[in-house]
Amino acid sequence: MTTSNEVTKPVGEARKILSYLTGQLRQVGLFSALIVIVLFFQITTHGITLRPINVSNLVIQNSYILILAIGMVMVIIAGHIDLSVGSVVAFVGAMAGVMITEWHIAWPIAIVLCLILGALVGAWQGFWIAYFRIPAFIVTLAGMLVFRGAAQIALQNQQISPFPEAFRRLGSGFLPSFGTSGYEPLTLALGVLASIVLIFGSLRQRWARHKYGLESEPLWWFVLKLAFGAFLIIYIAFLLASYNGTPIVLVILGLLIVIYAAVMARSVFGRHVYAIGGNLHAAALSGVKTQRVTFLLFVNMGVISALAGLVFTAQLNLASPSAGSGFELDSIAAVFIGGAAVTGGIGTVTGAIVGGLIIGLLNNGMSILGVGTEYQSLIKGLVLLAAVAFDVYNKRRTGGR
Amino acid sequence: MENVTTNILEMQGITKTFPGVKALQNVSLSVKRGHVHAICGENGAGKSTLMKVLSGVYPAGSFDGQIIFEDSKVDFKNINDSEAAGVVIIHQELALSPYLSIAENIFLGNEQQTRGWIDWNKTNLEASKLLARVGLKDNPITKITDIGVGKQQLVEIAKALSKRVKLLILDEPTAALNDEDSAHLLELIKQLQSQGITSIIISHKLNEIKAIADAVTIIRDGRAIETLDMHADEISEERIIKGMVGRELESRYPDHTPTIGEELLRVENWNVFHPIDTTRQIVKNASISVRAGEIVGIAGLMGAGRTELAMSLFGKSYGVKISGKVFKRGVEIDTSTVSKAIQHGIAYATEDRKRYGLNLIDDITRNVSGSALGKLAGLFGFVDDHKEATVAGKYLKSLNIKAPSVDSITGKLSGGNQQKVVLSKWMYADPDVLILDEPTRGIDVGAKYEIYTIINRLADEGKGVIMISSELPELLGVCDRIYTLAEGRITANVPRSQATAEFLMQHMTKERERSTSDNV
Repeated sequence: MTTSNEVTKPVGEARKILSYLTGQLRQVGLFSALIVIVLFFQITTHGITLRPINVSNLVIQNSYILILAIGMVMVIIAGHIDLSVGSVVAFVGAMAGVMITEWHIAWPIAIVLCLILGALVGAWQGFWIAYFRIPAFIVTLAGMLVFRGAAQIALQNQQISPFPEAFRRLGSGFLPSFGTSGYEPLTLALGVLASIVLIFGSLRQRWARHKYGLESEPLWWFVLKLAFGAFLIIYIAFLLASYNGTPIVLVILGLLIVIYAAVMARSVFGRHVYAIGGNLHAAALSGVKTQRVTFLLFVNMGVISALAGLVFTAQLNLASPSAGSGFELDSIAAVFIGGAAVTGGIGTVTGAIVGGLIIGLLNNGMSILGVGTEYQSLIKGLVLLAAVAFDVYNKRRTGGR
Repeated sequence: MENVTTNILEMQGITKTFPGVKALQNVSLSVKRGHVHAICGENGAGKSTLMKVLSGVYPAGSFDGQIIFEDSKVDFKNINDSEAAGVVIIHQELALSPYLSIAENIFLGNEQQTRGWIDWNKTNLEASKLLARVGLKDNPITKITDIGVGKQQLVEIAKALSKRVKLLILDEPTAALNDEDSAHLLELIKQLQSQGITSIIISHKLNEIKAIADAVTIIRDGRAIETLDMHADEISEERIIKGMVGRELESRYPDHTPTIGEELLRVENWNVFHPIDTTRQIVKNASISVRAGEIVGIAGLMGAGRTELAMSLFGKSYGVKISGKVFKRGVEIDTSTVSKAIQHGIAYATEDRKRYGLNLIDDITRNVSGSALGKLAGLFGFVDDHKEATVAGKYLKSLNIKAPSVDSITGKLSGGNQQKVVLSKWMYADPDVLILDEPTRGIDVGAKYEIYTIINRLADEGKGVIMISSELPELLGVCDRIYTLAEGRITANVPRSQATAEFLMQHMTKERERSTSDNV
């Protein structure tokens, strides 16, 4: 027994690493898929994909889907769904247009009013779902029709354009740039700052775990992950710095990701959301106020939809009654590609963001390649199916029932 | 019916093993043609398992021993096989589809058809003939949801008759019925007997058994203890009880000397009604109390209302039209929501830990902290997850939870370890009164001992423990005082020194001694 152990030691070590990686298969798989897709398009588009201007556009054009995915993943973790976000985007965009161009409300006040409007929309739907106990599917399907109609009524089936320059910056503007040529210094500084925060945060976390005598992930894996993350941030900062600098939506998105990732991973509210999705009865019998949590989730989703609506309207410089159609499906797809479970209880904000990026990359890459929209839709559908099939297979393999 | 010389059924040497448990050991059962044969035993004795073996739910080959039905050996591979032979089982939970009609339910899986299309006239005609045989006058196109539980039970029997049943198995048929419906059902079983149909009836209700059974087989701990001929000599209820509980108390329980203090919790005149059938009263005027350092048991048979009593106390988690008063240290408190109950220091650890106790897809840490996250939250409601993991680690050690780490997913733990996670959760919430519902269900003997030790430790810390259990020896071995509950009513309250298994069983089966003034 001992001899065979000694002989197989290096093999055993390799196997240990491999088994750790397969244990993290979901995470590893998701990031690998992202990298593979980037490389694939980088090669097939002859380097256009990673050109500074394209990366900048990629961030800007996908921002609203990524914003929606953050709210959507929370709703889906709790075991619900929201089909109305696309219509809410249109409704809020329409109201922003009416407020700014017809009622002549100053745009910063209009933004605040629109976010409040989003909260009210969410409260309306949350009431029926949490307290009246109508399934979210039905309530938000109704909401999809109701708010699409509301958007059309508000705009009287016309489009509103243009918007004030300052407002438009919300969607397509950049942070003020310093220096006229070469790499823009503010963007570089932000990139470096972000990676330093990432590294320090992770080290502090690891040190705290050590202090409490808790097991941490293997050091090599920790270092690898950290190096990858820091490299990615700085690389993107370089790309953006060599074009126009930091898009304002990227700042908004970054803040949302940091805040909501923390809320979901570490706040009492976030824990309650996971508990409700994992086992509603057990959560209720543990004293979780399940109805209130559900209600607040939908209020939050409403505010996030409103924000996405503002960003989208500002970016297009247009409030249109048909805005945002299909956004609900893109954001739901992002969440599921990002590893959330339909049954609830499983999912992460970062996963949803990576899922959203994968969809964005597919859209972007296929457009550059000149793939027809019919094939784009077909391929995106297959990717979604493959991602979930991989999840199901992975779960069965590890013996989950 | 008197010329009963032959046996319709012989089950010989049946042994059925589940992983880790011998559910049935060498059980033999003979049922005479045309008899009503009762099977008695405590919860978990193996009655239902035996019937599942007989009806093919557990296919031939998955158990040892043989079944001889109508003089030939049979190997039922599934329910269809046994039904084809004329053995039909009616389960405790009725298997009817609520939004289909009576007739559709009767012929479900056995549709009356011509050339592949359902013949509705024939379906409804045949159904009304069958309904007449069970004494139901309802229209066969009535939906199942529109008739009461008593009638639904009769529809099940009509469905059995449609399969030309020879041996009818009824698993606790009257458990969910009111008195009138029960009487009607028993009458029907006698009627079927006169038509030559043999019945096996599983029941806890000894007076019913006395009223209709020709023979009784008593099962205890997976063994057939004895078969009594109900006609040969006058068999008393006491005689049957003796057979059901006649087990020796082993030293499977840790020694414990209680230090009992002031009264912690008192419940007065508690009433609860069924959430759907709101006329059915599940808990009737129950009053219980528990003192600091005391372990109080609640004994009751299945359907007596034990869990319903506990869950209705804990934030009205069960039932409707709940009335009664709860006092904590003499002051009336409001326990109308779970979080209020927890705030008042009450905890309820469920009997069904998979459905109601744990988030099975999450890890030990997050399950342990689940009901007291507030204690771990700092500024802005953020949880100190390092401290949280340390807390879980502490319980992992002190309760001897066998898991690789606190990050282990609870769904993959054994029953005993899952139960310890549930207990950890409530211990961390630090309540004054813990209601433990079947804390040792589905747990092996070694882990049971550990759970008893934990319960004793909680009492020594000055907490009041209310323990609900189906196992009388466990209650007698662990509790300082025991209540018996029968059909929602507290029928006795005895200190351990005066309690015996016979005494408890007597009061647990006492339900039918009710006067007419009892109709609340």
